[in-house]
This record gives sequence, structure tokens and C-alpha cells, in this order.
Amino acid sequence: MTTEVDAPAAVDTPWRRLDPRMLIVSPLVGLVQLLPLILILLVTGNGEVERLYGAGAVGVLVIGFGVVRWRTTRYRITTDRVELHSGWLRRQRRSVPRDRIRTVDLTAKLVHRVFGLSVVQVSAASGTSTESSGLSLDAVSKAEAERLRHELLARSPARPVEAEPVGPPAAELLAQLDWSWLRFAPLTVSSLAGIGAIAAAAFNVFGELGVDPRDLPAVDDATERITAAPLWIAIAVVGAVLLVTAAIGSVVVFVVRWYDYRLTREAGPAGPATGTLRVKRGLFTRRSLSVSEERLRGVDVIEPLLLRAGRGAQVRALTTGLTKDAQGGALQPPAPRAEAHRLASAALREHPPEITEAPLRSHPPAARLRRLSRAVVPAAVLAGAAFGLGAALDLGWLGPTSLLLVPVAALLGHDRYRNLGHQLTARYLVTRQGSAVRRTVALQRAGVIGWTVRQSVFQRRAGLVTLEAVTAAGKGGYPVLDIGSADAVALADAALPGLLTPFLAPEHELSDGGGCRRRRG
Amino acid sequence: MVTAIDPSGPTALPLRPPVHLVSPRAVRWWQLRTLLTLLVLLLPQVVVLLLLGRDAPGWLVPTAGATAVLGVAYGLVVPPILYRLHRWEITDDAVYTMSGWLVREWRIAPISRVQTVDTEGGPLQQLLKLASVTVTTASARGPVTIKGLDAGDAAELARTLTETTQATTGDAT
Repeated sequence: MTTEVDAPAAVDTPWRRLDPRMLIVSPLVGLVQLLPLILILLVTGNGEVERLYGAGAVGVLVIGFGVVRWRTTRYRITTDRVELHSGWLRRQRRSVPRDRIRTVDLTAKLVHRVFGLSVVQVSAASGTSTESSGLSLDAVSKAEAERLRHELLARSPARPVEAEPVGPPAAELLAQLDWSWLRFAPLTVSSLAGIGAIAAAAFNVFGELGVDPRDLPAVDDATERITAAPLWIAIAVVGAVLLVTAAIGSVVVFVVRWYDYRLTREAGPAGPATGTLRVKRGLFTRRSLSVSEERLRGVDVIEPLLLRAGRGAQVRALTTGLTKDAQGGALQPPAPRAEAHRLASAALREHPPEITEAPLRSHPPAARLRRLSRAVVPAAVLAGAAFGLGAALDLGWLGPTSLLLVPVAALLGHDRYRNLGHQLTARYLVTRQGSAVRRTVALQRAGVIGWTVRQSVFQRRAGLVTLEAVTAAGKGGYPVLDIGSADAVALADAALPGLLTPFLAPEHELSDGGGCRRRRG
Repeated sequence: MVTAIDPSGPTALPLRPPVHLVSPRAVRWWQLRTLLTLLVLLLPQVVVLLLLGRDAPGWLVPTAGATAVLGVAYGLVVPPILYRLHRWEITDDAVYTMSGWLVREWRIAPISRVQTVDTEGGPLQQLLKLASVTVTTASARGPVTIKGLDAGDAAELARTLTETTQATTGDAT
């Protein structure tokens, strides 16, 4: 059974199996998922034997699946590929070239942690969409997971695979959780998620107990009082309840997600700048996200409006080949702004003024007009519609109230202009934009793999363009919004010398002489 | 109106347009596409008019007429403009394209970052012996597409580009 009749080249790398403890864990997980079905089978009848058999069959099937899955899943790491074979009736063979591996994530859910296991998620850059972009080993022992992580992230495939790692590499602590950051939790979007989570949990509990919350005397009483009270009191009470729920929920989400957060940097095999950034976090499910420094293309400092008002920010890594569930490469929970910039500079090994705290150049006045008109015109249209609707439906207050939208939109547009900025530093292109969500992106100039310039009819009149730096990392492109057209070309040309030079207009210097015209073709 | 489509001028981008135009048959292609869109918009209105006869709502005749006039006008005026605005150029170092009309777009991708080169053409393009070449880089936002090339030129272009990119090593990220 153990003899492999594969290609001769494969003989020296033996296949390995997942951890034997998965024989217990995967049926356990399956049983938990099927628990409702089994319970229904057992509880609903009057103890008929068929139902017992049914429940037993489900259990046996689940255990059987677990055994088959364990028996048929094999993986191995050769000098240049990671291979995973799995499946019995439908065989799957996945193979990822090692030099394409971008990140290696370790995730351990509660069950996995009890048994000392860890899921290894390998994600890779795929040249084409048809090529598999990664694989996951569910699951191996914690020690094996750590070993695999080091082996796969050490980017020297020529190194003999069987060589024992020379002890754990030195890790430098860059940041860890400060419990005072909890104050930022209610200021994030997760507060909305918090409402949802708490409401869902409450309804689940009521549902499980077979109680309709409306039947509870206290709730019934409260409902009656609220409906009896004037409208504004009702709104205020409901608002306050929602607010408190959101605050509590977001704190819970924050703790579950970021408990015992640590960001470390492990030294690489080949000197500095070849190390690995590692984010570890989680209360129930432990996650470890590793980003090779060679894959790091920059950082994104994100400040949603509320968080910005509380002087907080969150840092994300711009890296090639991050998985979607890695929360967009968050390097840090929401934290004080200064701390976010400090972390960004520590992660990129640059001084803050060279990256996210660079003094930014503001954009031309035409950009202010454009931001303002783009904010105010839709608001004015909405207000107009509200007046129309108010007249039609005989709701006199609708139109005048909607007029409030206009100054709000104007403020928003003004803030959007104020936040616009860009700068080119020694190694980074820094851009900032946004009001509802302000993002400051520092992108490595060496990570830019092309430019896109866009100009709408309105921008053309204002002499503005949107210059987008195309990159393999993060969202794939980071725009510099409403920059003067001459500045855009100068910026792109300076950021990546040589690429644009052959395409510069010959009368570049004379571009303010509007009379000169040229026709081609 | 003329300044809106003029590639030069005081507020223009200080980049020269790419050297090559696409195939002149691309004008026919854009016109055919306009015609198809026009038919999709017009046919339901005409069918309703014919079926309901006198019972058809009164505004249907003007809207159908307006659709037809606007569609024909667009088909006559815009494709020649598009033809002048769609340009491309490939040097030893970069792929450079210009496209768009109301929203103009210039794209530049270094040859050293090109990962794949595809040629493709829908039924209309095949009918007119046209093809599009898409040059993909490692970025999700980076593909550079040249539409409406002569099919032979497109194949030749893809072949030379593939040869050039195969000469460069690494994973181009």
C-alpha cells in the first residue's frame, strides 16, 4: 500500500498524510454540522427503530467520509512544487509551483486547537485564471504546520527539502494588542456587524427556547409603552438601544477577532528585507497570516469617517496574492493614528515621512470645483425630487428637510478635496483620497507595473486626469484622483523613469501655448 | 464640439498619441454594433405599435422615432471619431494604447511585465476579419486591450509579443 509507483523523479520525496487526529476531528466537525438533522431524526418520532437506524447511518456515513478523506489525501513538497492529491470518487490533484507561493496562512478553529492541529492555506499568484491559485491542507499538527510554513516561505527551492530547520528564526516584535484600542471598536463598520451578530444570537436563543420575544411580558410591556409614547421618544429609545447594541457587539467582534494580536518579523534566510511579517490573532479561531517581505508592495492606511473622527486608523498590507479571507491583509486592529503610521513605517522599514506621513502635494483648484459639484449636484437633484414628491404626496416637510442634504454634501465635497494629495518619495508613490473612507496608500515605485490615465469630458474641460498606478498587489490599481494632466505625466515619468519618455509629446514644454495644434493619421 | 475630440489643445495630456490606427474596417464594426443596439431598442417598440395598432399609447410613436433618429445619427457620427481616437503602439519596452470617447483612456504596460497575450474576436469581428489583442499583466486592473485590429495583424502582433515576453524571466509581479 505504501509503495508508490509514480515517476522515478518523485521517489526521493515521500508522500505525507494529514495528521491522524483528523480521523477524529473531521467526523466531529461533520457530526456537529449534521447535529440538527440527527436531533430531528431522534426527537420527532416516538422512538421508532427506523429513526434510530437513520441517525446511526448518518453518523456512520460521516465517520466513513472522514476515514476515506484521510486515507485518500496525500501531500508532498518537492524541490519545486507543492502537490496535494485528494478525493476517492472524484480525484483532485493540485499542484502549486513553489516560486509562486505568496502567503502561507495557518488557521486553527476551536476544534482544531483542542486537538493541536492547524489548517495550512497556501496561496499563490496564478498567471492565468484557469491555474489553481493555492491549496489548503486540512489539517496537520501544529508543529508540522510551523515547519511547512518555514519551508514554503524560505524562497530557496534549491535547498534540500529534508534539511532540518536550524531552530526557529529570530522574531522581532513590531506590535501587539493594546487593550485601550478597544475604544476604536464602536467606531468601525464592525459595529454594524455587531448589531447583526447580537440580534441573530438573541433570535437564535429565543428560537431554540421556542419563545417568541413578543410573548415575553417585559418585551410586550415595552412595546406598548413605546407605541403609546410620542414619535420622537420612540425613535430616541430605539436609537439608543441600537447604539448600545452596536457598541457592545463591536467590542465583542473586536475581541474575538483581535485577541492576543501580535505582529512579528522573522528574519529571512538571505539577509534583511527577505524576512516574513507575521500577524497572529484570534480568540476562538487562531489565525496566522504570513507575508513575505519580498511580496510586500506597500501599505494602505484606512480611516473610515467615524474612526477618523476618533483619531484612529487601520493599516493594511499591499501584497501580491493575498487570499480574500485574510481581511484584505489587515496588519493591525483599528488603532490610534500615530500608532498606525508607526506600524506602517516599521513594516516597510521606512521613515514615516517617506511613506504614509509624507507631506502631500495638494491638487489644482479645478479639482475642488469638481469634488464639490460631484457631491452637491446629486444632492440638489435629490432635494428637487423630494420637493416634487412632497407636493404630490402632500408631505410639506419633505422638501425643506431634504434641503439639509445640500450643505452636508458640500461639506463632504470640500473634505474630499482637502484629502486629495500625492507625493513621490525616494522609493514610494504616496496618494490620498476619500472622505467617507479616507485611504492613504504608499505604493513601492518598483511595484508599479503600468499606468492608466483616464479623462472624462468634464475632466478634460478642467484640465484634470485620473492617473492610476497599476500593480500586482492589493486591489490591482491605485488612482491619483483629479491631478493636473501635465502633473500626472510628470509624476508617472518620474516614478518609473524611462517607461513614458518615448511617448511624451514633443512640444511638452510649450503645452501652455494653447494655439498650437497637431493632427495625426 | 470640435475641441472635445481634439487630441491636442491647452488642457490635453502631454503625451503624444500612439502611432498606429486600428483597421479602417473597425468603423464598420462599431456601426454594426450600433445597428444591433438600435434594433434591440427599436424592435419591441415597433412590435407593440404593430400589435396594438390604434390602441398603442400615444407617446410610443415619438419615442420610436427618436430612438431611430438618435441611433442612426450616433452610427453615422461616432464610429469615425472612435476610429481616430483608438490607437496603439508597441515598442521594445512598452505597450501603449489610447481608447474611449467620452471617457478617454491611455494605458501603458511595460513589456517586461506582460504575462499573457490573447487574441479574440466575437462573431461581428470575425465577419469583418477583425480581432482584439489583450495583453495581460500580473495586475487585476492591468489588461491592455487593442480592439478592431485586422485579424492577420493581430495574430502577427500576438506572435511577436509572445516571443518578446518569453525571453523575459521571472513571474512579472
